Amino acid sequence: MRARAAVATVLGPGGRTVVQRLASAPPLTLRQTGPYTVHLVSTAAGPLGGDRLALDVAVAPRTTLELGSVASTLVLPGEGESEMLITARVGTGATLRFTPEPTVLAAGCEHRLLVRLTLEPGANVLWREELVLGRHGETTGRCHARFDAIRDGLPLLRQEFTVGDPALDTSPAVHGSARCVGTTFLTAVAKEPRVADGVAVLPLAGPGTLVSALAADAVGLRSRLEWGERTTINGDDSVAFGGDGPVPGLQ
Amino acid sequence: MHPALLLLTDSRLPAGGHAHSGGTEQAIASGAVHDVPTLAAFLKGRLHTAGAVTAALTAAACAHAASTTTAPITGTPGTPLWGRLDAEVDARTASPAQRHASRTQGRLLLRVARRVWPSPVLDGLAAESPNPHHPIALGTAAHAAGATPEEAAMAAAYHAISGPATAAVRLLGLDPVAVHGLLATLAPDLTAVTAGACRAAVHQDPGWAALPACSAPALDLLAERHATAEVRLFVS
Amino acid sequence: MGANHDDHHHAPDGHDRALRLGVGGPVGSGKTALVAALCRTLGRSLSLGVVTNDIYTTEDADFLRRAGVLDQERILAVETGCCPHTAIRDDIAANLDAVETLEHRFGPLDLVIVESGGDNLTATFSRGLADRQIFVLDVSGGDKVPRKGGPGVTTADLLVINKTDLASMVGADLGVMARDAAAVRGERPVLFTSIRQDPTAATVATWVANEVWSWPQPHHPAPAA
Repeated sequence: MRARAAVATVLGPGGRTVVQRLASAPPLTLRQTGPYTVHLVSTAAGPLGGDRLALDVAVAPRTTLELGSVASTLVLPGEGESEMLITARVGTGATLRFTPEPTVLAAGCEHRLLVRLTLEPGANVLWREELVLGRHGETTGRCHARFDAIRDGLPLLRQEFTVGDPALDTSPAVHGSARCVGTTFLTAVAKEPRVADGVAVLPLAGPGTLVSALAADAVGLRSRLEWGERTTINGDDSVAFGGDGPVPGLQ
Repeated sequence: MHPALLLLTDSRLPAGGHAHSGGTEQAIASGAVHDVPTLAAFLKGRLHTAGAVTAALTAAACAHAASTTTAPITGTPGTPLWGRLDAEVDARTASPAQRHASRTQGRLLLRVARRVWPSPVLDGLAAESPNPHHPIALGTAAHAAGATPEEAAMAAAYHAISGPATAAVRLLGLDPVAVHGLLATLAPDLTAVTAGACRAAVHQDPGWAALPACSAPALDLLAERHATAEVRLFVS
Repeated sequence: MGANHDDHHHAPDGHDRALRLGVGGPVGSGKTALVAALCRTLGRSLSLGVVTNDIYTTEDADFLRRAGVLDQERILAVETGCCPHTAIRDDIAANLDAVETLEHRFGPLDLVIVESGGDNLTATFSRGLADRQIFVLDVSGGDKVPRKGGPGVTTADLLVINKTDLASMVGADLGVMARDAAAVRGERPVLFTSIRQDPTAATVATWVANEVWSWPQPHHPAPAA
């Protein structure tokens, strides 16, 4: 299955955001759920092996878009590799909050998840990605994720992550025995690096921050990422994060 | 193989590398690495993530140094774009502690390389970037010493595991022969990482955007935890 | 292949930078106390910097900072990766980097003291790092130590034997130590001291001051002939 969905904002009268374009392409179905909020609604299982899905996001200068999903994305095996390509452009003074539910890599899947994020100066972005390595009690499928954020023509963050290579999956250098791996990229600049159980707040060399977290389950992962996001945005988070116990293999 | 590669990869190269564990000290402190099998898993993961990235960037730096010093038949040597390559390393190194360790090792290696293999390309790098990231310093030093980008990538990949392996021997009192045996079993991985690095790096100069960017979340966490540790024996 | 002559920190004659003094010796012999004493005694007349090579991170540096003998910023700590002797002898890169950082921030300096991590009798400073070196022993290690020799005892520019106040308690014969040291050191000086009794380490400080004043530097021109 090939599908290309798109969402775009424009600046309306009085400085309001108007969701001007909302192009669904099953299984990528988009629903506007608020003045500047859009949710991805799955209308078919998958992606399945062989699917090529693309989502284009354009946030016009000085507008706001919040993009979420109503449920987790379950990536399933099929004929060959599946691919999800998200291309987002965020204009000057615009705000994009991208916080979908986790991507679950079912056993046997072969997935590629590509994000290309282009930021104009003064763009505000919070971009969260969560991977769950297999459903409950299941070994993980394979996934290759790549994230490239370009700001003002210069690379701000480039990250790849590979799941499903048995030789690397259990390495204490990569993610140990954690079953959930996630990051949040923010254009907000954390005052200083912070580290707590299974989560680190990493100020980038350029204007931005990466929150990187590992956890045993999706709930733990989310709370760790949210702690990192709060710490980045609010500055010092004086309440130390306790988490839900140590990450296996990474105490 | 160019003999200079032996000097560049020798742990006795006096460029400060002996005091870096690349996250191993914290991995040991956390209990994640405690014997030869867990060290093997750690090193393999490190090699295929941080090692693959640094090998590609080192090959890119070596190829770039060559392109700026050797005039192609049809043209003149180009002006080095060290700042652009530096930004590519920064973008692939989310952890501030790892960026700091990389620049510290790069600065010390550049200092040594300028005395051991004096060359305009190293002087030019030092003038433009006194604190270069380690792969940029290593790739440029390899070129100054006469090595190829492939050899530079191999040196970088080996550097990504040899220092951490030695740190584990010192910290855990592991049998050094067992650990060297482990390094020997990683030879096919070194070959594969080197080949991948060169495929990506050599023919794209200076189109570095697509170079590998493999992240290792656990290494990021370990690096930041190490930076705030009360007690530490290694710089990184 | 030759030295890179535009890198002034490596000028072979040392005419354009501070004297670099290594202070080495076994664990517990009083290296840090001696460095603190030298800072206390020389800090008012000389511009100083200190680099510590503690086994565990910054303990010695913290001790010196707490002692208040020198501005905190003038004390840098170097991690040695479990190998204190490697950091001062085989791979001096991190120490040179720290020395040059101090010279860059606070220069021109008169004296940079590099204190090694506590090590064994074979640990000495590379001549690429230290222009002069002091080896510190204490009497409680036993009066046989000078006789045993080793590169630190035999080749250091100054041998300091500390904690003389404990000699009678540990049964150490200072005369034997002096005789044995002279036998392996020839003309090179040996000083006995007790930094507990003399927190200024006056005799050692005098020796160091003489070395600094005879070290040709642009801001300390040798007296005109």
